[in-house]
Amino acid sequence: MLEYARWKYVLVAAVLFLALIFALPNVFGEDPALQVARKDRAPVAVDAAPTIEAYLKERGVAFEKSYLDSGRLMLRFPNVPEQLKARDAVNDHFKDQYVTALSFASRAPGMFRRMGLRPMRLGLDLRGGLYLLYQADVNGAVNQWLEGYAQDARRTLSTANIPYKDVSIATVASSDRPNAVRIVLPPEADVNAARTALTQALQGAQISTESLSTGSAIAATLTPAQIRERQDYAIEQVITVLRNRVNELGVSEPIVVRQGVDRINVQLPGVQNSAEVKDILGKVATLEFRLEDMTNSAFQAAASGHAPLGSKLYMHTRMGRPLLLKREIIATGDQLTNATSTQTQSGPAVAIKLDARAGEAMLKTTRANLKKRMAVVLIEKRRDTTTDVNGKKVSRDVTDEEVINDATIQGIFSNNFEITGLQAGEARELALLLRSGSLSTGIYPIEERAVGPSLGKDNIDKGVNALVIGMAGVFLFMAIYYRMFGLVADAVLLANVVLLAALLSMMGASLSLPGIAGIILTVGMAVDANVLIYERIREEIRKGVSPQAAIRAGFEKAFSAIADSNVTTLIAGLVLWVFGTGPIRGFAIVLTLGIATSLFTALMGSRALITLMYGGKRKLTHLSI
Amino acid sequence: MEFFKKQTNFPFMATRKVWYTLSAILMIGSVVSFATRGLNFGIDFTGGVSAHATFSQSANVDAVRAKLLQAAFKDPQVQNFGSSRDVAIRLPPDPTQNATAIRAKLEAVLQSVDKSAQVQQLDVVGPQVGSELKSSATLALVCTLLLIGLYIALRFHTWRLSLGAILAVIHDPILVLGIFSITQTPFDLAVVAAILAVIGYSLNDTVVVFDRIRERLETNRRLAPDVVLDQSINQTLSRTIMTKVVTSIVVVALLFLGGPVLRGFSEALMIGIIAGTYSSIYISSAIALDCGLTAEHVFPSEKKAALDHLP
Repeated sequence: MLEYARWKYVLVAAVLFLALIFALPNVFGEDPALQVARKDRAPVAVDAAPTIEAYLKERGVAFEKSYLDSGRLMLRFPNVPEQLKARDAVNDHFKDQYVTALSFASRAPGMFRRMGLRPMRLGLDLRGGLYLLYQADVNGAVNQWLEGYAQDARRTLSTANIPYKDVSIATVASSDRPNAVRIVLPPEADVNAARTALTQALQGAQISTESLSTGSAIAATLTPAQIRERQDYAIEQVITVLRNRVNELGVSEPIVVRQGVDRINVQLPGVQNSAEVKDILGKVATLEFRLEDMTNSAFQAAASGHAPLGSKLYMHTRMGRPLLLKREIIATGDQLTNATSTQTQSGPAVAIKLDARAGEAMLKTTRANLKKRMAVVLIEKRRDTTTDVNGKKVSRDVTDEEVINDATIQGIFSNNFEITGLQAGEARELALLLRSGSLSTGIYPIEERAVGPSLGKDNIDKGVNALVIGMAGVFLFMAIYYRMFGLVADAVLLANVVLLAALLSMMGASLSLPGIAGIILTVGMAVDANVLIYERIREEIRKGVSPQAAIRAGFEKAFSAIADSNVTTLIAGLVLWVFGTGPIRGFAIVLTLGIATSLFTALMGSRALITLMYGGKRKLTHLSI
Repeated sequence: MEFFKKQTNFPFMATRKVWYTLSAILMIGSVVSFATRGLNFGIDFTGGVSAHATFSQSANVDAVRAKLLQAAFKDPQVQNFGSSRDVAIRLPPDPTQNATAIRAKLEAVLQSVDKSAQVQQLDVVGPQVGSELKSSATLALVCTLLLIGLYIALRFHTWRLSLGAILAVIHDPILVLGIFSITQTPFDLAVVAAILAVIGYSLNDTVVVFDRIRERLETNRRLAPDVVLDQSINQTLSRTIMTKVVTSIVVVALLFLGGPVLRGFSEALMIGIIAGTYSSIYISSAIALDCGLTAEHVFPSEKKAALDHLP
């Protein structure tokens, strides 16, 4: 007699039942959709949906369905042109409140969604996704470099005791001889000495001199190679920051590549939160810590519109009062080493860790200014695009400076502290932006489209076809080679695939070609576990053991081999999951989950089934194996 | 049906020097080819040219791809872009031609599909695989090898088996890379995934053999280690071959029916499966043997523990 505990049968049945339900939404397919999310990350209000829907109807956009999903409004469309029309309509009319992104939405009935059941997401190669093209302000990057050169020039001339009248930079926008630092010298200055000093200090730049009526001028012009190098560096930096941000947002397997000289192409798989992802990606945000000017009245300054010397007037919009801050900056967001969002007694906060230099400055300031007030200013740069009277799009760069918090310095601190005064969503986003590195070069979206699968439909069909034929071959082979036991293995393999699909759907991980490699490996491992068990059973039978004892011994003796081989592969999967990015991570997720499911199905599922079939027979003389 | 009615008894360990030599030659060949010829990296790694084209009516993406292949554009990637009339095309870099020439050639091909097709935009694109992917992959692989070595050392009580497993795990992907380098088969991200899967298979095989070695050593402490190893490998041989046959069914189906994009992927898997079987026999076990593996290493504390319990 073979026995298997009743709770194990119940467990196997329950898991399989749940897996079937979780895997079910994958059957329905997808429609083009538009995600609408609020700019401030707060969930879209229930009564906001009818406003948007009514507006779309007014504009004659046909949508199939509209519903709130995880705080976002999802609009489903019968076809892509309607989707694009709706996008433009929402972007035009609700620009200040909402952000949108093109996406796909499951056709599964709303019941599934409300129960939290979603289909698994397919990657860019299998399904396509959102294509974004950003333009990087590479001239801005070159100008920043020029500023550095100008400072070097001033320092050099000062240390060499050469008087100068003016040091300025010539940018593409401001001059017809751009990309240069222009130094104007008074008549008494030694031009040759200045030239020698500058040639040494500004390595690589072309130095030219000219005589002016009032003295002379030296121009240090960047060579084309230097400009290109600077632009390349700026783009590389932007790409790194963008990749960091996408990864931080948990989007699996995005594509971030340079396109042309100054463009960056970002492709996101049909992710759940692409509206927010899109919004956060291009954000240029940093922080500044400044002391409050306590000697002058902010209200007076606000009334006159003039800030006293050495201070700057801000409006603390959250508190609704004006504020005077000293111009000196204690520390900036670039100087931090870590930022995490946390929850404190006074609400959501961002825990900041500064680097050594900024920590020292903060220590000195707080020690000297106890009981005085310090403010945190959030600086965001963006490009505002509006449509002018002629229907042409006009864009201008805007810098928003906002005081997010000001508080009395209660104690001396240096590099570890918290910033409060934020909403929960804001704290999370700010921490992410600060952590992923600040974009020193501005980027601006210029194009957004939904793209089809990069592998092509034909290829995907072929691949799926091959996979199905291969699997059918495996099933057939197992049934022929192990007869009844082979059929059990087939049932177990099928259950394994369903379980894996259910887990992937639950996790919302996206499946792409590397993930399919993971599935094939998993199927291999699941087959292997069964083969190990069956070969052991055959071995035992050859030794002349009774059938039921052979089954028991087979499972027990194969266990250590199955466990050890799966645990080692599991280690590989987990490490790749933790350290890997992009496709490697996608592979690792599937592999790790697949090992768990194949262990469960091969050890528990197959044992339950075999015990059910052979366990009760008292006079079993032969096994169909 | 049963292929292995009788227990096989091949003297695997006796011939190990021959296989060491073969492996050494294969490894050196792979590394040399890798160093001199390099890999034929796909567009994921190299970047290339990206173009947008508009058609007068719904574009048949697959027909466009076929035409591009005919016109000797290597490895074209074609996908719908926004509407069904817009198509995005990615091509590997071609240093012999400038953008204008590529554009003209591309437009000519597209117009053979649809007369009024037009290339809207053509840009050079950077690689999709950033340096951080390479560094994170390296870090992940090193950590994986160390942790697996540690696990095996803990479970089997000896570093000799760990070393064997790690060498076998390194052996297989190097061989795949070597063959990809020699044949200059396009190497893309899918092949990277396949190589990771190969590592998984190789490990799996090795550990199954080790498990049997452990079991045999426990019951036959007096037998010579090489005999025990031969017995273990022979006893697991039916399982080894069965599992490989079954997995190969899927891989062969992908190789012959999966179309061009899965070619590299399934080739890498196929090579890896063969190499993994071989390395689990001749590399991992044989190396452990030559490092002086004995029953004493795997079950060291038994006698001592028994003695400790004596009053």
